[in-house]
Amino acid sequence: MSKETIELLRSKLGNFQIEYTDVNGTPAIYIDQKDVIEVCNILKNDESLKYNSMVDGVSVDRFEKKNRFEMIYNLVSIDNNKRLFIKIRLDSKKPEMETLSGIWGSANWYEREAYDMMGINFRNHPDLRRMYMPDEFEYHPLRKDFPLMGIPGSIPLPNK
Amino acid sequence: MSQTILPELQDGEIKNKKSKILEALESEDLSIQFTDALDNEMVLNMGPQHPATHGVLRLLVSLDGESVKKCIPELGYLHRGYEKLAEACTYHEYIPHTDRLDYLSPMANNVAYALAVEKLIDLEIPERGKYIRVIIAELARIQSHLLAVGALLMDVGAVTPFLWAIREREKILDLYDVICGARFTTSYTRVGGVAQDFTDESLAGIKKFIDDFENNLDDMRSLVERNKIFIVRCENIGYLSKENCIDLGLTGPLLRACGISRDLRRDEPYLVYDKLDFNIPVYTESDCLARYYVRVDEMIECVKILKQCVEKIPAGQHNALQSKKVLPKKERVYTKMEELIHDFMLINFGVNPPKRESYCAIEASKGELGFYIISDGSGHPFRMKIRSPSFCNLQALAPMMKECLISDTVVIIGSVDPVMGEADK
Repeated sequence: MSKETIELLRSKLGNFQIEYTDVNGTPAIYIDQKDVIEVCNILKNDESLKYNSMVDGVSVDRFEKKNRFEMIYNLVSIDNNKRLFIKIRLDSKKPEMETLSGIWGSANWYEREAYDMMGINFRNHPDLRRMYMPDEFEYHPLRKDFPLMGIPGSIPLPNK
Repeated sequence: MSQTILPELQDGEIKNKKSKILEALESEDLSIQFTDALDNEMVLNMGPQHPATHGVLRLLVSLDGESVKKCIPELGYLHRGYEKLAEACTYHEYIPHTDRLDYLSPMANNVAYALAVEKLIDLEIPERGKYIRVIIAELARIQSHLLAVGALLMDVGAVTPFLWAIREREKILDLYDVICGARFTTSYTRVGGVAQDFTDESLAGIKKFIDDFENNLDDMRSLVERNKIFIVRCENIGYLSKENCIDLGLTGPLLRACGISRDLRRDEPYLVYDKLDFNIPVYTESDCLARYYVRVDEMIECVKILKQCVEKIPAGQHNALQSKKVLPKKERVYTKMEELIHDFMLINFGVNPPKRESYCAIEASKGELGFYIISDGSGHPFRMKIRSPSFCNLQALAPMMKECLISDTVVIIGSVDPVMGEADK
């Protein structure tokens, strides 16, 4: 199943630089940052691919020198009953990418979550606010350099 | 908790003025202050402590008279950092935390998490274990839908069906007590199986429950389904088009109420669902009434699945026999050296999966519940992302509430059935 999908993707996305891999049996592709919008438009609108629903967005901090951050989107084609992960490697110092919320509406909150938790900046996002943490919080808690017990004083507590 | 600000009472001026509060909400400047209260539309702050929001959900609703102009859901009041916490737990240690995600159906979360870890470490569990997991997952679905339906009915003013739903739900909780020893925070599954085997008593209890359940459910339905107040308050309320539902990535009853037949139990079968016979109820109206009917019909299908499982459940082992990955039985840990060593290694260092990524999802009561686990080869996950259905479904609140009345907001929240425990993680 996975092989056929990859062949199909290869034929549709031949013009772009794409790395094919898999997530424990499910096909996955690495997309170059500059092609993201074009590739995603093809993935969503092409009749034979039709990944019309995005059900998850995962932000990862690999904690490596190069390409420390990564976004993984979980796409589902409801008509063809297929799943595909797209992965985008992001810069270590200034993680930034174009928003996908214009293509899949659900990306809106997932990107807000990634911004809140991992500090990834999404260009042209309609409403890039923190999802969970208070607005005045300065850190991004899911980064590997954020301590598990938190940073004392980072959240003001009410007086006793 | 409402900030009552009425539009200026001068003819002509009222409509053209854009609400200052909306402007303030949209802008990034946090220092905007309001001096003239009559300058604005009314903005109602609903929650986080509001009985109709089913938890600590906060809604900012801007109103024109009684109709809702715009709604902004705010999350994060129950954020406990479970994804960060997972990075410090071994795979076994994390199981009790999954109870607290969707606390209305803890068993389904246990099953989802155990399946995700087993997919990561390539572990297959015996047939009996799979049937046990199907049974508890379906009980969890009934449990969750009963509360969803009951609370929806109470939101439209019918209190009796809520009590009748809770009465049935109590029976399931009592069954959990027999099955695993706890009513709410079950932590029943283990990596490689379940904590303890079903006894004859628990199987008999399940049989008795499913024999009575359909009649009791019909009793509850007969109270409301031909009631005009209920129908008028739910029909055509909270409509969301099919395209929007797909675009927002909705799953579960919300998606099946808009005419799309997608259910992971059939589309990406796990456990033994491919051997069972069940239908997937689909409605096309995509309003609160359709969502109610999807849930009720699903409960009847659950009973069908449970009946087959109770009949088909085979005898034999319930846990996988892989001593390096599955916790040994307690009595053997106390008496056998080998098991003691394995137990020590598993508790202290955890199961060591290969260095890889894995995603596994189940159809929980509210939609697709998945765990994306990235492993670096050590005993605890390098990164674990919880794909929780409530979080994604809540995104649909704002488009659903456009142009509805303020009294409909509670019905819409009830029909979405969010659980903040998993939305906020």
